[in-house]
Amino acid sequence: MIPELGHFMLSLALSVACVQAVVPLIGAIRGHSNWIALATPTARIQFFLLLAAFIILTHAFLTNDFSVAYVAQNSNTALPLAYRLSAVWGAHEGSLLLWVLILSGWTYAVTIFDEGLPPRFSALVISVLGAVSIGFLSFMLFTSNPFNRLIPAVADGGDLNPLLQDPGLIIHPPILYLGYVGSSVAFAFAIAALIQGRITAQAARWIRPWAIATWIFLTLGIALGSWWAYYELGWGGWWFWDPVENASFMPWLLGTALIHSLAVTEKRGAFKNWTVLLALATFALSLLGTFLVRSGVLTSVHAFATDPGRGIFILALLGTVIGGSLILYAWRGPSTFAGGNYEPISREVFLLLNSSLLAVATATVLLGTLYPLALEALGLGKISVGPPYFNVVFSAVMLPLIAILGIGQFSRWKSDSPQRLVQRLAYPFSAAVAATAIMMIMLGGQKVIAAGVGIGFAMWVIATTLFGIRERCHGRRHPWFIIFNLPRAFVGQCIAHIGFACTIIGVVVTSFYSIDEHQRLAPGDSAEIGGYEFLFVGLRTYTGPNYQSTEGNFELRRDGRFITTLKPEKRLYHVRNMPMTEAGIAPGFTRDLYVSLGEPLEGNAWSVRMHFKPFVRWIWLGALLMACGGFIAMFDTRLRSPKAVRTVAIIKASNVDP
Amino acid sequence: MRYVIPLGVFIVLVTLLAIGLRLDPSYVPSPLIDKPMPSFELPDLANEAELLTNSDIIGKPHLLNVWASWCAACRTEHPLLMTLAQSGETPILGLNYKDARDDALAWLERHGDPYARTVFDHAGKLGLDLGVYGVPETFLIDSEGVIRYKQIGPITSDILESIIEPMLEGLGGKK
Amino acid sequence: MKKALQTFCLFAALSFACSAADTPVNFTSSIERERYETLLEELRCLVCQNQSLSDSHADLAQDLRDQVYTMIIEGKDNVQIAQFMVERYGDFVLYKPPVKSATWFLWFGPSILLVVAFAIVVIFARRHTRDPRPLSKEEQNRVQTLLSQDREP
Repeated sequence: MIPELGHFMLSLALSVACVQAVVPLIGAIRGHSNWIALATPTARIQFFLLLAAFIILTHAFLTNDFSVAYVAQNSNTALPLAYRLSAVWGAHEGSLLLWVLILSGWTYAVTIFDEGLPPRFSALVISVLGAVSIGFLSFMLFTSNPFNRLIPAVADGGDLNPLLQDPGLIIHPPILYLGYVGSSVAFAFAIAALIQGRITAQAARWIRPWAIATWIFLTLGIALGSWWAYYELGWGGWWFWDPVENASFMPWLLGTALIHSLAVTEKRGAFKNWTVLLALATFALSLLGTFLVRSGVLTSVHAFATDPGRGIFILALLGTVIGGSLILYAWRGPSTFAGGNYEPISREVFLLLNSSLLAVATATVLLGTLYPLALEALGLGKISVGPPYFNVVFSAVMLPLIAILGIGQFSRWKSDSPQRLVQRLAYPFSAAVAATAIMMIMLGGQKVIAAGVGIGFAMWVIATTLFGIRERCHGRRHPWFIIFNLPRAFVGQCIAHIGFACTIIGVVVTSFYSIDEHQRLAPGDSAEIGGYEFLFVGLRTYTGPNYQSTEGNFELRRDGRFITTLKPEKRLYHVRNMPMTEAGIAPGFTRDLYVSLGEPLEGNAWSVRMHFKPFVRWIWLGALLMACGGFIAMFDTRLRSPKAVRTVAIIKASNVDP
Repeated sequence: MRYVIPLGVFIVLVTLLAIGLRLDPSYVPSPLIDKPMPSFELPDLANEAELLTNSDIIGKPHLLNVWASWCAACRTEHPLLMTLAQSGETPILGLNYKDARDDALAWLERHGDPYARTVFDHAGKLGLDLGVYGVPETFLIDSEGVIRYKQIGPITSDILESIIEPMLEGLGGKK
Repeated sequence: MKKALQTFCLFAALSFACSAADTPVNFTSSIERERYETLLEELRCLVCQNQSLSDSHADLAQDLRDQVYTMIIEGKDNVQIAQFMVERYGDFVLYKPPVKSATWFLWFGPSILLVVAFAIVVIFARRHTRDPRPLSKEEQNRVQTLLSQDREP
């Protein structure tokens, strides 16, 4: 009875979404204020309906209701409680429900925070979000209903995929979805602007925190995924350029471009059409990601098991939503967006340059991901494009971007002189070179030029950031704690850029200085890597809640001194008969030591993989810093300054559309 | 004018993805089509002492079927192979891939033996040379020993009728 | 067929008793070892297609690893080993796509895009240096109205 109620909630939500998408839209175009007024209540009702549906599905998992097909496929009575909850979004249908719930959640947030916008504009934004919701709700109701019954019900379920039975995998999808779905807000905003035919600096100021919030979630979501892959998959890898990983990376790259382009639109009124296009494209890539995961078009470890029928539906959704928006862009773009003036050498231009380079980087990843498909479709053979390609080509595209980042964050708005830049930047340049040399010496081992270049570029970012802070504080009475009075957007920017540099350092050092060993070890044997000794003490077996485990015991020593015990496991999950590796990791700020069990060999020995991974944590710590920087920047008071508030009041009073 | 470019790019992208929905991303086409069968020297499954080589099979268009006793899908296509063998027009050569001799013989005993001869490829060397990656696989080889077609996965009656039989007729393998 | 392959992957990974999978190898020189490891990362497993030969537990992956090992010991160079694989499995087995006419755009496209992006931005920036267009009479009136309202508390 109750799952049917959930189904009913979904249908109701679809009807409400239809009203939400159509009525305020017409109201905004025609000027009917009571139609416009329907935007907020419909959006909020939709949220509560979807929340109810989600709670009902969760309830089905908690009570082990195996008469619901989705629960039967993804849960089991032996599954621990935490994973029974995360199983709600563990497979296709449930994750879609999470998607629409989060979409309605973002829309709800828009209804709360929209005082800064004229009602007409706000209604347009909410309508567009409603339209997107219609697309996904229809997809669910027609092809992927989580509430379908399984008759007759089974006694016990198929269990959650063991790969997903891990804490990291509980939070990774929701956070990533918050990012993916959040890009729809900027998208809706861009569409609203196109429909209205104009976009002001004021409006750009409003959207900026939303774009940043989305970006923060994507940053964290991707970092979590990478960190999870590292400790869970057993061979110390943290990024595979898998099609679905790329599908999350591309909106992140474009989202970064969007934030930076918005900064210029907001401050100087320039690049409006580019900003709008970026907002459309970021959401397009988010939809593309949804398509790639669920259609079976590309082989991927992330792909949900699904069929081409669903693929056609999502492709149609993608085609309609993005195709429609790009038609609108082609039609309205030329007439609307003029604005801004600036010299050829100015901060605007550097930001535009980097925003374009990020777009090129995105295009590069897209090219590599879809090229095999393109060749096969044209009958030109079947190739693979993997890490050897992406590592080389992507890094090549990023290098100019990183160089310009340093110059750009230092340059002046509107007009700057090449002489001044060269003169002032000589200091951070020398500092960067020195820091790189020191680091290369400290790292020891073989000197690789590529590593030096990578570290050098990262040091350049750090040096120019610190130098920029110094310049900003220059000439005040108490220079050092003036830092706390700097504008939050600036502070956020500095922290985020430093975070970016940390991630680069982590990537470069791990890629070039990791040591990997694969050896046959019997209890009593030991192996040496990077100055650390792994002593294989022994094995034991134990039974977990839904698995059987063989656990190895390794002692880690350095220079004879005991550091810690590592316990890698090899588990067999009963229900799906699937093996899993749990690695034993000794984490550290400057290095990780990593051991995992391979297969048992003859003579009581095992094949064991051991890794020395220097600076690998910097990759994710850098991402965390980026997210913090974004968070701080979101709350810049200038977005809510008295002047801004007054301007809003005037606009409202005069009923003039900005 | 430049505002239409994003739309143009998008249309190309969607077309590409639509075509992609009809393709199978995990299917690996064989580079051995129209190339001669790799040379080999491996024992016969039935008689360990006897070695089979390329020269034993040239002369008539035939099928080479890669199978194993541990392969579940092989059982699906087996009845079809039996029927084909019984009609007597096209010889089927078996390639027993990475199997134990006793298991293989027992399997043939239980399900029937449609093969004119069976090559016992315990180490999988010939399989590797043929680019085998997913048993069962079937090759169509002409009278000169050149590979003409590779079927990945079990043969169904559809595939037999629409692809294999026409090819065999073209090669002069059927009356 | 796909389902069969996936099941096969799982079973192959499962083979606790199968001693062939994931055997460590020994080399006399570290250069050879590095070549071995790099080659394994660059070759794709055909059974578990999301993994390289280095990571895959499939039986075929172990066979191919053995093959690479043997070829290195025999003194074959990387090009010959890659070619051996391509002759049997096609270009699909290489994670690093070969540079040929069909992949020309793949390899050189990004650099071309980079140059084009730079060029567009530079041209655009140069063109944008002129003054903004002056306000029309109607817009000037609107500005006056708004500014006068601004003075109210």
